[in-house]
Amino acid sequence: MNRREFLLAAATAAVAAPALSFSGKLFAAPAGAPRFLLVFLRGGYDCNNLLIPHSSDFYYESRPTLSIAKPDPYNQNSVIGLDSEWGLNPALRDSLYPLWQKRQLAFVPFAGTDDMSRSHFETQDNIESGEPSNQRSDFRSGFMARLSGQMAKVPSIAFTDALPLSFQGGNHDIPNISLRGNTKPVFDDRQASILAGMYQNTSLAAAASDGLELRQTVSKELQDEMMNANRGAANSKNFADETHRIATMMRDQYRLGFVDIGGWDTHVNQGSTTGQLANNLTNLGKGLAAYADALGDEWDNTVVVVISEFGRTFRENGNKGTDHGHGTVHWVLGGKVNGGRIAGPQVAVNAQNLLQNRDYPVLTNYRDLLGGLFGKTWGLSGSQLQNVFPGARPKDLQLV
Amino acid sequence: MRPTLKVPSRGGRPWLALLGLLLVLGPAGAMARDPRPLSEDDIAWLRRDGFELDSATVTRYRELGRSRFLDEQLDQHDSDDRLPAPVTALINTYEVANTPLEQLLTNLRDEQEKIKNMPDGDDKTAVKKAQQQHANDLGQQAQQIELLHAIYGGNQLKEQMVWFWLNHFSVYAAKGRVRWVANDYVQNSIRPHALGKFRDLVMATLESPAMMEFLDNAQNAKDHVNENYARELMELHTLGVGSGYTQQDVQQLALILTGSGVAPLRDRPALREHPRYAAMFVHNGLFEFNPRRHDYSDKMLLGQKIKGSGFDEVTEAVNLITRQPACAQFISKKLAEYFVADEPPPELVARMAKTFQRTDGDIAAVMRTMLESKELATSYGKKFKDPMQFVVSSVRMAYDGKPIANAKPLLNWLNQLGEPVFGRLTPDGWPLEGSGWSSSGQMAKRFEIAGAIGTGNNRLLTPEGTVKVGGDFPMLTTRLYYDTFDPRLSPQTRDALAKATSQQEWNTFLLSSPDFNYR
Repeated sequence: MNRREFLLAAATAAVAAPALSFSGKLFAAPAGAPRFLLVFLRGGYDCNNLLIPHSSDFYYESRPTLSIAKPDPYNQNSVIGLDSEWGLNPALRDSLYPLWQKRQLAFVPFAGTDDMSRSHFETQDNIESGEPSNQRSDFRSGFMARLSGQMAKVPSIAFTDALPLSFQGGNHDIPNISLRGNTKPVFDDRQASILAGMYQNTSLAAAASDGLELRQTVSKELQDEMMNANRGAANSKNFADETHRIATMMRDQYRLGFVDIGGWDTHVNQGSTTGQLANNLTNLGKGLAAYADALGDEWDNTVVVVISEFGRTFRENGNKGTDHGHGTVHWVLGGKVNGGRIAGPQVAVNAQNLLQNRDYPVLTNYRDLLGGLFGKTWGLSGSQLQNVFPGARPKDLQLV
Repeated sequence: MRPTLKVPSRGGRPWLALLGLLLVLGPAGAMARDPRPLSEDDIAWLRRDGFELDSATVTRYRELGRSRFLDEQLDQHDSDDRLPAPVTALINTYEVANTPLEQLLTNLRDEQEKIKNMPDGDDKTAVKKAQQQHANDLGQQAQQIELLHAIYGGNQLKEQMVWFWLNHFSVYAAKGRVRWVANDYVQNSIRPHALGKFRDLVMATLESPAMMEFLDNAQNAKDHVNENYARELMELHTLGVGSGYTQQDVQQLALILTGSGVAPLRDRPALREHPRYAAMFVHNGLFEFNPRRHDYSDKMLLGQKIKGSGFDEVTEAVNLITRQPACAQFISKKLAEYFVADEPPPELVARMAKTFQRTDGDIAAVMRTMLESKELATSYGKKFKDPMQFVVSSVRMAYDGKPIANAKPLLNWLNQLGEPVFGRLTPDGWPLEGSGWSSSGQMAKRFEIAGAIGTGNNRLLTPEGTVKVGGDFPMLTTRLYYDTFDPRLSPQTRDALAKATSQQEWNTFLLSSPDFNYR
């Protein structure tokens, strides 16, 4: 089914089930409109073994078992040099390094929050809320929801089992759907209408009807397309399959998306070019590359930002792992992203510059970074950005 | 006396008439001996007290009245974990239930050694795969056992407490050896203390292989300090983030916890008989405190000096932490969030915390304060069930004590709803507030699972490994339903039920309705 046919089908379905409150978001947003996907790595990934400060002797001293060898063209397991100071974990050689070479991928080191709790949960909530850490006023409101609220015609979606805090508390229902398993609808229109009817005039009215509606139409389209693309294999086995599905929906219908991936909390035996972290990075890299690929020409109108709640201790711990730290590395990808560079303020990676003799300091606050990106991507005004990130000073790192 | 059967007002459909006949002849008639109807308040209270009503609970409540019913539930010495015989028989078929823990772990070690010694190749790959499958099976058995207890356990308050603590002291099955020890964790660390002293519960989880393994304290040793468990012990298990402890406290507690871990499966007599350490070893089941791995320096925790002395430091630290007012407050608030309201009334939480402190963390006493409170009564009908509550309550309602033959479908449903038992990757446990489970994607999934239960389009009654015969579906239109649910249905739900064209569809609508999903 092509996009035109899909639109027609969606419209027909809307007529067939008049009791459901069909909202505008099911109808495709215009091609060429900017789209943004936030990828949240839950668990505090070890940025120091993703973007490696290979010119720092301190890095090699601090990580006797975890460090990755200095760039060496004859060693596949050495750091891929990006410039004279920084390099990439070779786990990303086949997936993301090509995007770097095309200048479609940038890294922002020393990025993160002003939350110093080093608690996963506190810091994740803090980031997703988008409010200054000591002045949170609304604990059920996320910055993606507020961003969505600033832009009436920018359809939004979370590709998660439950709605993440980032997307909670908006002024309209934001749908969520996990694209990992079977997305086939099980109710016919009559049943869907009766089910939604029970929730009329309750606070879950929109959630009930939107959820049914999303299953009835969008997933049907997705199902057909994925069945063809995967020769009948409907279940996604890995993140790359999932991002391929996400790309289908982001290409045709949505403009603001969220997905999260867990499993980055590596206190023990995290490995270097192989092992738990490398496996996760390989999977993530393939997923992002598949996403870029599946968007086709629309990749040029796409920005993807990868964040995590914090970085980890710069020195490895006694169990060949790392503990909770502070500053991290954010990734920015997209067809028109001004990439192939390490962006934002930086300091030398040595013992003196560690925060509390432990981890990276934060020189770029994620709120300022994302605020700057959103402002340029959608042309939001200063006051609109203040609504999204209260008290932030949006920073233009010339990434878009 | 025969029960009078009410049928939905717009009935008259043949399937309903047939159903009526079944009802009159069926065992539900036994309840008619006591015609005293439960008040709306009783019903609402019971729906919070347990994972939804079944006939057995209602009967017991009628016999005892609320006060004695609650006494019975809170009585620690009456640890009534009995299950219907067929359910116990099903559980006893599971390897994880009928093999001692040490044996399970020894088997695992032997399997791993066998794999290690095999040459690379197809055989090795096959054995590895079989081992993974075995591990998954054990994990799933542990999940099934917990779900079967939740559905069929006679003391429903206790069952909810077991689930609550399991979530509070959350462990993730897929990490390390957690799958092998998860069932032991619920049955032997959580369950015996679910209504006991909070401090004992903390110690029981601290000494469990599941927690030691999940939060890496098994690796925490002198000069190889791992902070993970120390941090979560204060942040998630006892005091709550932002309650005043510092990074320094985390580091000091991590030192206190050095040496606490899982006992090696091979005995090391030479070590234990070492004159310097022999007396300092501590063993409790598979828990071991190894003095050689412990940091014996003096520590400062929460402003108090803890003298380096071995395992006593741990007991002292847990006593100190669990007696902080912040702990009483944090635990009381979480309990109230689960049982009363997403944002529980501060006065209620304060009263619960006061009870907590007065009784030195007696969980049963705190629960009594809450279950007898006026705040609970004003919150009825506003608490949205989480997926665990939804799945368990649906099966309780649909089968009303009738034993299912296969618990696997329950696991699939919880997976699909995103709240599998032992499936939370992070140690913070699943959300307690409704907004965590009521997004549009969640609602659609919930309706679908209501459909899978209501239509009988599942394998709950088909023992594993056998072929499903016929399409059984449950009868939700029972005496229990007409006594408790029917009189208080909203007009919208009544309307939807009247549009059902079959018993299956009627079931699906009822289990999907706001009346059922809020409690």
